[in-house]
Amino acid sequence: MSESASGNAPKPSSSVKLVLLGEAAVGKSSLVLRFVNDDFQENKEPTIGAAFLTQKCSLPTRTIKFEIWDTAGQERFASLAPMYYRNAQAALVVYDVTKPSSLTKAKHWVAELQRQASPGIVIALVGNKLDLTNDGGDASSASPSAREPESAEGDEEGAGQEEGDAQDATPGDARKVSTREASTYAEEESLLFFETSAKTGTNVVDVFTAIANAIPESSLKTGKGPAAGQTGLGGRAADESRVNLGDRNTATAKEGCAC
Amino acid sequence: MAHPDGQEDTRNGSDVMKIPSGSSNPDKLERVRSPSPEGVRPPLPPRPNTLNLLSDESASFAALQSEATTAISRAEINTQTQEGANSAYSTLAARSLSKGPKAKASLSQLARSRATSDAGDSASIRSSVLPSGDIGDMDALFRDFVSSMPDPHSSAASLLHFAEFPGDYENDAQFLTEFDPVGEVDEDAGNEELVLGHWKQKQKHYLILSAAGKPIWTRHGDGGLISTYVGVIQTIISFYEDSEDHLRGFSAGDMRFVVVTRGPLHLVAISRMMESDNQLRLQLEALYMQILSTLTLPSLSHLFSVRPSTDLKRPLQGSETLLSSLADSFTRGSPSTLLSALECLKIRKQHRQSINNALLRTKDGNLLYGLVVAGGRLVSVVRPKKHSLHPGDLQLLFNMIFEADGVKAGGGESWIPVCLPGFNSNGYLYMYVSFLDLRDDVNESEDISKDESVAIVLISPNKESFFEMKEMRDAFVEGWPALFNASPKLGYLTITRLMSIYNNLHQGIHAKHTNVKVHYCVSRSASSFAWVTPIFEFYCVAEPNANRNALVQGASKITQWIHQEEERLFIVGGAVC
Repeated sequence: MSESASGNAPKPSSSVKLVLLGEAAVGKSSLVLRFVNDDFQENKEPTIGAAFLTQKCSLPTRTIKFEIWDTAGQERFASLAPMYYRNAQAALVVYDVTKPSSLTKAKHWVAELQRQASPGIVIALVGNKLDLTNDGGDASSASPSAREPESAEGDEEGAGQEEGDAQDATPGDARKVSTREASTYAEEESLLFFETSAKTGTNVVDVFTAIANAIPESSLKTGKGPAAGQTGLGGRAADESRVNLGDRNTATAKEGCAC
Repeated sequence: MAHPDGQEDTRNGSDVMKIPSGSSNPDKLERVRSPSPEGVRPPLPPRPNTLNLLSDESASFAALQSEATTAISRAEINTQTQEGANSAYSTLAARSLSKGPKAKASLSQLARSRATSDAGDSASIRSSVLPSGDIGDMDALFRDFVSSMPDPHSSAASLLHFAEFPGDYENDAQFLTEFDPVGEVDEDAGNEELVLGHWKQKQKHYLILSAAGKPIWTRHGDGGLISTYVGVIQTIISFYEDSEDHLRGFSAGDMRFVVVTRGPLHLVAISRMMESDNQLRLQLEALYMQILSTLTLPSLSHLFSVRPSTDLKRPLQGSETLLSSLADSFTRGSPSTLLSALECLKIRKQHRQSINNALLRTKDGNLLYGLVVAGGRLVSVVRPKKHSLHPGDLQLLFNMIFEADGVKAGGGESWIPVCLPGFNSNGYLYMYVSFLDLRDDVNESEDISKDESVAIVLISPNKESFFEMKEMRDAFVEGWPALFNASPKLGYLTITRLMSIYNNLHQGIHAKHTNVKVHYCVSRSASSFAWVTPIFEFYCVAEPNANRNALVQGASKITQWIHQEEERLFIVGGAVC
């Protein structure tokens, strides 16, 4: 795992607020639990509300402390999402590679983030449950398995649906969303893109490491007081002793300011 | 319920359950309440009087509404001088109490200590014992019970034989499968008969459907499998509705069907477990409260007023596990639901106070309620002066936090919008939950069981106050004293049989139109009695041939002991902030 504090020389450390979004049951919590505890539970109960976890990610030149908001995917919690993505420097938008509708939902989240979240937010599109496909846990072979016509890729919304209907998976392969379709979309929207398996662990740490690397140096606050790190205030909390979730960018967030 | 001695063995001893109950005369209570240094004591949680709750359905709903917590005007509120969460669950071998003092002595002692009590905010039994007139009545009544031993048909103590949930081996084995899934029907439906067979074997079913007949949630079997059965029930219910009648329940073979209609929802319980209609109705009421807790009343009403054929499954998505774990705890037997009470952890009074104080010291301005819960038992409560927590609301929270896995499995700290329908069914509060790992030798691979886990629950009306709550938790945990040791739990089967006996007692003593204070009951497997006073309810189960005199003496000893240990066993009022 990348969290181990390698080396004795103190590296600059900074907090990054990261939010996970996506349809219910695509594996958001499982990805987080794999990243944070290197653990996996079958048939995990749905998250209620949101869970807050932290994990360090060690890069060659610095240490990133992720403050992770793992949100519930059910629709009734959707109205709370702005509270979690507001001020977030990174977002993981997760879909299930065996469920085309979940990619459609993911695209909605991406659009909402691009519209409402901090302008510099780093977004990663993550197709989870790779273990259910023939590509298995081996990410290097995660090649497009669909015979998706190129022409369909102009219309993202349509492509998701069409693909699910059109694709006759080979026996034992539950994949319904081709790698190419999702990666093309990710490229168009300038998103990081990964296919992962929280169950086998494939690519999970890679996603977080890639995000850590993609966060621009300029948006990182280093040299936080030790106290601020301890109390675990929000990523941008260093300047204020008491901070609401919406201390920044209240203008862009619909939910308005706290208190 | 607190386990005072931590040694549960129902085979050899008698089992005792006691809860405080609301008294009936607010004026008298006002007088006996001593002034507290912190000013006037806030109204305590309106623990719904089970009887009132059940005798009038519309009243029951109203009683759980928000005004209750703030009500200063409602007469009933003042009667609730006991923290509704209080209850004790202790074991005591009746046979060992051969020379206990007579009941009369114990009751007069209660009365005496009332006179000398200097307790203020923390007083309960002492300060809330009714004036001597009532005590005299109680005394006479209980003496009557003792002296009437040879006459089993005494007016005060009724000897009745009840049907009991059978406790033989085959049923035990069958009951073990009660919580198993019925299984999935194959694609070609080849095993449908088998799956339906499993479904029919269940002792207990719950169905929730919309008034338009859409199945919303079923404890066993999915909508497709049992749609015909849901259709039949829907037809029966609407047949009565069409004739402007209201179907409350019916029997079919050994099954009892109970129907509760709440707004746009029909809730149905089907039981083979010999529970009374009232008890089943309470369980359905709690399931309805869980739905409100997920959606809030206005949004539930709105959904159905906009579109009567709304499929509520979607908005409830993800909360099915909460309904199921609630249902399972009813099926296993839930003293909390039966008595509208909560279990408290038994700890030293000073320890409880130091926890209270630590919570108060670290309190954030956004905090509404603060709770410390160990192994599903309440350890400490901090609450605003004018608000109490409803046991029904707390039960929903405990179910969510300890019984269903959604919160604990999240692995971090949680921030959960939750509606507490007893507090206010119109909107959400926001709940911070953090589990503490208090074990010394930490083996991280081992999951903390329910009995070991300690949770800090901080509830705020401000949805943006997660980090304030987290800060409060961190500050609180810093000076944390190691106080808890978990008590062993009874197995399912023992609990279920025992609960069946408690159910009978409860049913007998709270039957409509009865005014029984002591209710004695003998069956082949147990002799048991219930004793109801304005201050507490006392339930006791012993061997079938146990000496009644000894039981009564045991009861009186236990009351004395509880009186002595009261602030270890119960949370009296909680800390007020």
